[in-house]
Amino acid sequence: MTMNTHPSLPEFEYVQPATLAEACEFLASHAVEARPFLGGTDVFVRMRDGFLTPQFLVDVKNLKGLNDLHFDPKAGLTLGAAVNMNRVIASPEVKAYYPLLAEACRSVASYPLRTRATIVGNICNASPAGDTIGACLTLDGVLHIHGINGPRQESMASFFLGPGKTTLKLGDVVTAIHFPIPPKGCVGMYLKLGRNQLSDLSIVGVTALGYPDSNCKSGYRFRLALASVAPVPLVPTQAETYLANHSITPESVHEAARLSTDACSPIDDVRGSARYRKQMARNLSAKALAEVWKKLN
Amino acid sequence: MAFHKINVTINDDLEQVVVPSNMTLMHMLRESLALTGTKNGCSAGECGACTVLLNGEPVNSCMVLAVECDGAKIVTVEGLAGKKQLDPIQEAIVQEGGVQCGFCTPGILISSHALLKRNPNPSEDEIREALVGNLCRCTGYVRIIESVKVAARMQSVTT
Ligand SMILES: Cc1cc2nc3c(=O)[nH]c(=O)nc-3n(C[C@H](O)[C@H](O)[C@H](O)COP(=O)(O)OP(=O)(O)OC[C@H]3O[C@@H](n4cnc5c(N)ncnc54)[C@H](O)[C@@H]3O)c2cc1C
Ligand code: FES
Ligand code: FES
Repeated sequence: MTMNTHPSLPEFEYVQPATLAEACEFLASHAVEARPFLGGTDVFVRMRDGFLTPQFLVDVKNLKGLNDLHFDPKAGLTLGAAVNMNRVIASPEVKAYYPLLAEACRSVASYPLRTRATIVGNICNASPAGDTIGACLTLDGVLHIHGINGPRQESMASFFLGPGKTTLKLGDVVTAIHFPIPPKGCVGMYLKLGRNQLSDLSIVGVTALGYPDSNCKSGYRFRLALASVAPVPLVPTQAETYLANHSITPESVHEAARLSTDACSPIDDVRGSARYRKQMARNLSAKALAEVWKKLN
Repeated sequence: MAFHKINVTINDDLEQVVVPSNMTLMHMLRESLALTGTKNGCSAGECGACTVLLNGEPVNSCMVLAVECDGAKIVTVEGLAGKKQLDPIQEAIVQEGGVQCGFCTPGILISSHALLKRNPNPSEDEIREALVGNLCRCTGYVRIIESVKVAARMQSVTT
């Protein structure tokens, strides 16, 4: 049989480990040459473009438990790493308790791509543009990781170190992401500015989540996360703190939006200039906060 | 590079194929099995011309490894029609003139067929959202969207 794989992927070996332990061991003993993958929608593109040249691709999506979607009204939601975005969107529990997560997934690419793309892949890819990362940050996602020394958990908040860089160590496989039950009465929203309305990566993305909280002077707590404006998905904590300590008015919302823009350090790229990104980060932050506030009342 | 022997059901036929690790499902269909209805537009997940059903769900076959399909069920545009009758979306796209050069058509048909299966009566917005990953450079989309609406009506009459 002759095979013409042009313009397909560069050569590599496909590896399908039988157990999680086997996967971790293989990855740990092939430091630079091996890479885990789920949907492959980031990995394959970067291999075709020549940015990645792994010798081994380790398919972790069929490992035990990685396809489970589990909801418990007390403990919250656990998404196995291989649960694809269309399954997240279609889940009645996600719709009922975590609509922000479904909204974020719906903004990614197209239906056929989302049959493959996963939230955990989006997170591990660690692009500042990752559309589902803001929802995972504001919903207090916790990653379940299996490494050569066994399982551990890591909070989303401290996971990102730089573009494509995370706290994951050699041999680590993320097995799931867990979300606690969201705060009572919370309202979330994801505003994505792309070159077209659907399917492109974001120029700027703003995730906002608000909920009643009697510990805050304003009576409400707001969470924010910004995409594509810094080397990592950005949580503008100063803006969050400001809103917790001031009553919510059009003026305080604008001040919070200004504070979140101050935290941005965007770059120029094909999708937009740094200056445009900064201005849009402010406008979209103000818009998202105002809309969430309106829905809270 | 290693080769893998896989068993895969394609349009109801069980096939055994030997594939290298780096071969995509799209290339297996086109090069090894001569199912050239599945088109290669971009090889990057952007255009949707290569869309097929993998275990009932649409995927960009350029973004799936052939070796991952061991044991899977694939439906390509060649397998959409019944023995005697076209699928309603095929019927409708012919009737409504939703085809010009035809390059995007196989992907459009598969994506629309899958949409009508999960949502038999989609709104125009839902149709547009479902087809966002299927680019057409000829028709301007209006007749394609009309075709999906007509197919939905055809289906509701026959079922
Ligand atoms: C046409 C197209 C459009 C796109 N549009 C968007 C968009 O609108 N928004 C957006 O955010 N993204 C977009 N993307 C990027 C991509 O689809 C997403 O980032 C997706 O969520 C990646 O998930 P995956 O399962 O395919 O990841 P993979 O490609 O399998 O993996 C991504 C990264 O995570 C690592 N990894 C995977 N699994 C694990 C694991 N279990 N443990 C540790 N590390 C792991 C991999 O080594 C790799 O570095 C697009 C991609 C394409 C091709
Ligand atoms: S060829 Fe697969 S999406 Fe374009
Ligand atoms: S008919 Fe030509 S690309 Fe759609």
